[in-house]
Amino acid sequence: MVQCQRAHLDASFAALSDATRRGILERLGRADASITDLAEKFHMTLTGMKKHVGVLEQAGLVTTEKVGRVRTCKLGPGRLKEEAAWIERYGQLWEARFDELDKIVEALKREERIYGRKKRK
Amino acid sequence: MKNPTTVERKSERELVVTRTFNGPAHIVFEAWTKPELLKQWWTPKSFGISFISCEADVRTGGTYRFVFSHAASEQPVPFFGRYIEVTPHSRIVWTNEESADGAITTVTFEEKDGKTLLVLHELYPSKQALDDAIASGSTGTSGAGEQFEELDKVLLTLGRS
Repeated sequence: MVQCQRAHLDASFAALSDATRRGILERLGRADASITDLAEKFHMTLTGMKKHVGVLEQAGLVTTEKVGRVRTCKLGPGRLKEEAAWIERYGQLWEARFDELDKIVEALKREERIYGRKKRK
Repeated sequence: MKNPTTVERKSERELVVTRTFNGPAHIVFEAWTKPELLKQWWTPKSFGISFISCEADVRTGGTYRFVFSHAASEQPVPFFGRYIEVTPHSRIVWTNEESADGAITTVTFEEKDGKTLLVLHELYPSKQALDDAIASGSTGTSGAGEQFEELDKVLLTLGRS
């Protein structure tokens, strides 16, 4: 789980290490855009732009949707994934605590059976 | 067999964790309120944390101070606050004051047929406070915290918030 989270972050950092890709995110932060629009804005070929968008998509930073012949790009749910990962980690912490607490509860129950509730205290 | 733990972001400001224990409420409550028992389960080894010190005066108006060592941190990590309400065998409410926007934590114990349903509820002062806690990875344990923080800064400069 933690490994998976790290891998996801690595992909995000790798995606963000390129100035053009950061520019694309900035652009998409203002408005959704098609691959063709982006290619024009950044003076690139369609193939080149598709590659950049692919890297951003892999990292969960961008999602794309094809409607007819146009592929539209928008900012992806990267933040939501982070939140889901954090909540899972938070749940794991409590679960690990509660597994230990189970043992204490069992031990206290045993003591009570032997000594009775009042005497134990 | 162990019972399942559930966790949910119930609203913009709230997290809720539940778990059933196979014992009566007075026993589960005791394990939360006696420092010598609390110490035995609050810092799971699998999370790389352990107690350096554990002081807790668990009664209404009392205070606590836990200091952890963490595998990923050279500095000891303190957690502290105040018990707003302690009602034997049913409810404990405390503040988390190690950060300015800390949550209020409420734990309730509900006994049924010799088992206890525990509900832990954390209420943050604002949506932003919970979002920030998530962004900084501050479960008090997360080694990925700094990474999240770095990523957040990058995203922020990109105008995503």
